[in-house]
Amino acid sequence: MSTYTPPLQDAAFVLDQLVGFDQLCSDLQLEEVNGELANVVIEEAGKLASEVLAPLNSAGDEKHPTVNAGQVQETEGFADAYQQFVENGWATLTGPEDFGGQALPNVLSTAVNEQWHSANMSFALCPMLSQGAVEALIAHGSDELKAQYLPQLISGEWTGTMNLTEPNAGSDLAAVASKAIPEGDHYKISGQKIFITWGDHQMTSNIVHLVLARLPDAPAGVKGISLFIVPKYLLDDQGQPAELNDVSCISLEHKMGIHGSPTCVMSFGDNGGAIGYLVGEANKGLSYMFTMMNHARQSVGLQGLSISERAYQQALQYSQERFQGTDRDGGKIAIINHPDVRRMLMAMKSGNEAMRALAFTAAAEIDRAHTGNADSKVRVELLTPIVKGWMTELAQELTSLNIQVHGGMGFVEETGAAQHYRDARILPIYEGTTGIQALDLIGRKTLFDKGAALQELQADIQATAELLSNSENQQLRKLGAQLESALLSASKAGQWILANAASDKQLMGNVSFDNLMMMGYLTGGWLLAQSALKAVELQTEDNSYGNDFLNAKLGTALFYAQHYLPRISQHAETICSGLDQTFALDIEQL
Amino acid sequence: MKILVAVKRVIDYNAKVRVKADNTDVDLSNTKMAINPFCEIAVEEAVRLKEAGTASEIVVASVGPKSCQEQIRAALALGADRGIQIETEDSPESLNVAKLLAKVVEEEQPELIIMGKQAIDSDNNQTGQMLAALLGMPQATFASEVSIADGKAQVTREVDGGLQTLAINLPAIVTTDLRLNEPRYAALPNIMKAKRKPLDVKTPADLGVELKQHTQLLKVTEPAERNAGILVSSVDELIEKLKNEAKVI
Repeated sequence: MSTYTPPLQDAAFVLDQLVGFDQLCSDLQLEEVNGELANVVIEEAGKLASEVLAPLNSAGDEKHPTVNAGQVQETEGFADAYQQFVENGWATLTGPEDFGGQALPNVLSTAVNEQWHSANMSFALCPMLSQGAVEALIAHGSDELKAQYLPQLISGEWTGTMNLTEPNAGSDLAAVASKAIPEGDHYKISGQKIFITWGDHQMTSNIVHLVLARLPDAPAGVKGISLFIVPKYLLDDQGQPAELNDVSCISLEHKMGIHGSPTCVMSFGDNGGAIGYLVGEANKGLSYMFTMMNHARQSVGLQGLSISERAYQQALQYSQERFQGTDRDGGKIAIINHPDVRRMLMAMKSGNEAMRALAFTAAAEIDRAHTGNADSKVRVELLTPIVKGWMTELAQELTSLNIQVHGGMGFVEETGAAQHYRDARILPIYEGTTGIQALDLIGRKTLFDKGAALQELQADIQATAELLSNSENQQLRKLGAQLESALLSASKAGQWILANAASDKQLMGNVSFDNLMMMGYLTGGWLLAQSALKAVELQTEDNSYGNDFLNAKLGTALFYAQHYLPRISQHAETICSGLDQTFALDIEQL
Repeated sequence: MKILVAVKRVIDYNAKVRVKADNTDVDLSNTKMAINPFCEIAVEEAVRLKEAGTASEIVVASVGPKSCQEQIRAALALGADRGIQIETEDSPESLNVAKLLAKVVEEEQPELIIMGKQAIDSDNNQTGQMLAALLGMPQATFASEVSIADGKAQVTREVDGGLQTLAINLPAIVTTDLRLNEPRYAALPNIMKAKRKPLDVKTPADLGVELKQHTQLLKVTEPAERNAGILVSSVDELIEKLKNEAKVI
């Protein structure tokens, strides 16, 4: 099975050179936090990721969790690993200090989370979901609920889940039908929820379910959904888990990937109603979900990077161990020397580094938005669907390339290459499908403000292209020309959308996917070009990265420009066609 | 009881070691560095003694340039209480380190000094022994088990062919072997706390030690590359090659 080596140097480079981590921390008034500390934190997390979580990854794939009498038994070894994760304080990274958290920046958490997901995505989903529950409670919970549940959720002593989806309410949550009947100081919750990640397990003494349900007098549709806390075990007078609540896992889904993560069908109220407590105000549940959405969607986008990084490392190793073909002197040739294999490795490496640059940059904008920076708020909105949509789509291609590098051995399960490919497949689906991200980007994030946020981004990309074009370095000038040409195509397509799609909803839907992918390749290329610029600057001075790394950064950006940037003009051409043949056939003709 | 632990900054055991082009030394530029694994075991043992209530304070010392503060901070994150960096140039030789540590011991008066049995870069296995000689203290090297009671340390040592158990009076010097313990990972809250723990910087002059060079590094070369193997078609051919080519029989 493949090992995992945390990409410490690239994480440090992106944090210091692209994000400006030290400046960010001083803007956030985190006096004790700086790049040096961040590197220590990332490195220490990397040890647990590579030495404890990564070796469990294939176990989770092969020995699925099981369900018996409403209780889920997770894969052997996961509970010990989770215990170690909690004891080492990793669940506390971003939580507020008042509730036992370390209050570290979101972007540092992003760098650390990248490693958890690379090491073992099924495992890492559990703390990721808890994080969502924590955010919901911090933003909307009463002081009493916070005091009762936050410290244990932040420490990781308990885990959290998000119970949104129902059999008839997926992307369209307006159709939520679960009921909440008021009874004294609490509510009786009943209904069935599906696709509940880590909905049940035996790793902790309690599980805190956040559940969307309707009050009896609630208005129909999206404005009638409320958010409730439903603990697996009700708390006694001392706040300790005691009596089992009326909630159980009635079955587990059989999935193509992330086998180690139990995906539960949860049943609430089979015996009269699960006791739940209202979070915030009645009928505002869905709007509360939206406050956490940017972070949640970026977290899933990050998983696209994580799984691709793991796949790349495996491909890189295998391609040096596998010999095929003979050179003129009769020596065997490692397949890494064959051009087509090298192309695939470079596509993976440059794609990953572009994604890392984008994921960290977008995560840092969330941090800056928290300080009240209005530009950052706008940028977060624009980048989030790109991070989620583009990165998870690119992950499909890159994890597939790992299998291709392995040849027939990749199609065989024992190699482990297939697991990454299967695990990756959920990413463009959950937390808003690619289609939803694409509509969000073209609608709410582009047409709604008449392209204002988009034009700001384009101006930033133009500025980078000009810096590159004015460089004394010939390769940077070439990169600048490639970026500028890509930007020109994308800008034309953007203008076409603004001119034509506002009045034609059909058109907007037709071209939304191409627009999403185009913007992904563009922002990824922009940030990788910025990385190359920094790398060349740094080479002239005493630096901590080493010139090998910096040269590679430039080479990686140049490859990206040849391999990925031309895709922008293809997408742009499709967009400007309006893709008006999408509905050319009647349903009967399909 | 106060414990002094000495830690050394060395190349990370996972990193590939490169030799400088002019063969003057190992090339450490942009190489990942870490606490010497034996020293990390020493820190872990001290922390366990503190957790067991046997020790009350753990002081961690390192000799080297400012960069070795990273390793002191790492030890503080594992549970040491405060640090002392003794500022010198890169790679001071063992006797100089022992002399500097001897002065630190005189100032700090620890009852137990725990160190790695050797560092994975120079593999000398001598600093602990030198320190014991300079201080006139008992020593127990290659420890695989340590227990403290009644002013004595009982130390199980890994020796050729088995285990030897010694009882030595405190204060004493114990050097660690690989199997003494398995070091923990640093916990996030402790990494944060380590930033706030005191770390003093001293110079050899502060300690009244004059550094002298007793050895000189002449050259470093890479190990000879292993030649590719060949398949022989018969036992006779094998014997022929072993006799005439390899000249081993």
